[in-house]
Amino acid sequence: MSSFTPYQSIAATRRLLRSKELSPVELLEGLEQQIAAIDPQIGSYVGRDFETAKKEAANVDLSRPLGGIPIGIKDAISVAGQPLQSASKILEGYTAPYDATAVARLRTAGAIPFGRMNMDEFAMGSSTENSAYFPTRNPWALDRIPGGSSGGSAAAVASGTALATLGSDTGGSIRQPASLCGCVGLKPTYGRISRYGLIAFASSLDQIGPLTSTVEDSGLLLNAMAGKDAHDSTSLELPDEDFTAEIGRDLKGLRIGIPKEYFVDGMEPGVRSSVDAAIKQLVSLGAEPVEISLPHTEYAVAVYYIIATAEASANLARFDGVRYGKRSPEAKDLLSLYEKTRAEGFGREVKRRIILGTYVLSSGYYDAYYLRAQKVRTLIRRDFDQAFTKVDAIVSPTSPETAFRFGEKTDDPLKMYLADIFTIATNLAGICGLSLPCGFSNRDGEELPVGLQLLGRPFGESRLLRIGHAYEQATEWNKRHPSLGSLA
Amino acid sequence: MSTGTPHHTIDVTYLARLARLEVTQEEIEIFGPQLGRILDHVEQMNKLDISGIEPTAHAITVFDVIREDAVTESLPKKTILENAPHNANGLFVVPKVLD
Repeated sequence: MSSFTPYQSIAATRRLLRSKELSPVELLEGLEQQIAAIDPQIGSYVGRDFETAKKEAANVDLSRPLGGIPIGIKDAISVAGQPLQSASKILEGYTAPYDATAVARLRTAGAIPFGRMNMDEFAMGSSTENSAYFPTRNPWALDRIPGGSSGGSAAAVASGTALATLGSDTGGSIRQPASLCGCVGLKPTYGRISRYGLIAFASSLDQIGPLTSTVEDSGLLLNAMAGKDAHDSTSLELPDEDFTAEIGRDLKGLRIGIPKEYFVDGMEPGVRSSVDAAIKQLVSLGAEPVEISLPHTEYAVAVYYIIATAEASANLARFDGVRYGKRSPEAKDLLSLYEKTRAEGFGREVKRRIILGTYVLSSGYYDAYYLRAQKVRTLIRRDFDQAFTKVDAIVSPTSPETAFRFGEKTDDPLKMYLADIFTIATNLAGICGLSLPCGFSNRDGEELPVGLQLLGRPFGESRLLRIGHAYEQATEWNKRHPSLGSLA
Repeated sequence: MSTGTPHHTIDVTYLARLARLEVTQEEIEIFGPQLGRILDHVEQMNKLDISGIEPTAHAITVFDVIREDAVTESLPKKTILENAPHNANGLFVVPKVLD
């Protein structure tokens, strides 16, 4: 009788479950032991409920696409009956009253949500240092951050304590931690997956997506979650699609764009060399490289931090100590109830962004900041529209650097924001993006994972997964794992 | 990278009040220069000619999404009230608003 094997793909695990070599309950038991052995040094999980999960596993229909597959869920995505805090003190004591649509669809496909993953508070951050619970450590170097905001989701997959997890990506929050931890992360096209049940950060940018150990697994999760939902009017009605359908096809005839603005001085040398080598590999697999330009790239961070903070300041107005979460015991009247509850409940980065968002929307500044940013957003979107008339996908590093150390950027928010330079424009343009392992960089004597980013036109996920899979099959990067000890 | 006095100043106390957020003196002193430097960075947008450019509110635009105006099931009142910090008689309780 076999048990849980760390880093086994969903596709492989599914075969074992269906052939009865492994039961869904045994799988959960093995996973539970692996988490108990490994996670204390990483801190990916902020909660887990194996009791409920095992009950569900005992009755699961294994013929379904994800029958019996356990999935970890970012603490911003609702799982009915489970605590939900978006890693914030202000939601202490909150229990999600319903399933997010993405979670409900995973259940319909037979998957079992069993744990909640750490993150930056309200998904605001690039290091998971802004969590109200505790920081998550990078499995490759425990003195370094895992990236963020979906840092727990990425670190769990990379440390073999989850087969797959859900994250959310507003400016790179799936792809950047996937890159820094050395796993696969997919940000689908805006509108592809319903946002219902995802605690909103910036509603025009947020998108739920999978983090997995293989490219194919991301496609399997997308298959289960995609589609129109009456509860989210921004989710789109599109023909049914099997996102793994192109997987296995070669890259002949595909053109990959190399944007000169994404290959600039100042990039970590090991990141540069890994991505250059990855491009050569893609070319040797049949892809044709095309130099392209995305001329408004340099404005992306500025535009993002206006639009995202403006939307956040409005979205986070609902946390007022009245309907859910925590209320300050110091409140004397209604105004102090709001002001003190929010002062005690929000962490520093969230406060900073609420204040910035309030500023750019305030009387007299709206046109100069918010409206102008929305117009520059149009220019950024057009850059991609034009690029995609020439190429099938765009290739770049996911992040200009590998994992940095704890505290390295916490005193300088702008420095932290600039770390997202290669992922932010994707969300502004609403297109899809995939990060997958493409090598290692030696940073201060430590070998750290590098991520390759593939960007695709709206609704072009299948093509991205095809390219990513072909690269993955031709290389060994996703077979390398950090040495954390195992169950043996 | 971002040291020195920022070119922009920002009235943290006023904005925090607008956002219904109490801030400490320490936070005012930290946020002021940090936000000033972020606005300095944002300034570069002014280099661009944006005349005649339409704003983008949503990247993948869908218009006039309507649904049938039908009554559907809502979450149970009890479930919702259980998440409130203070509730009584089926209502959310807040401090007295009117004297």
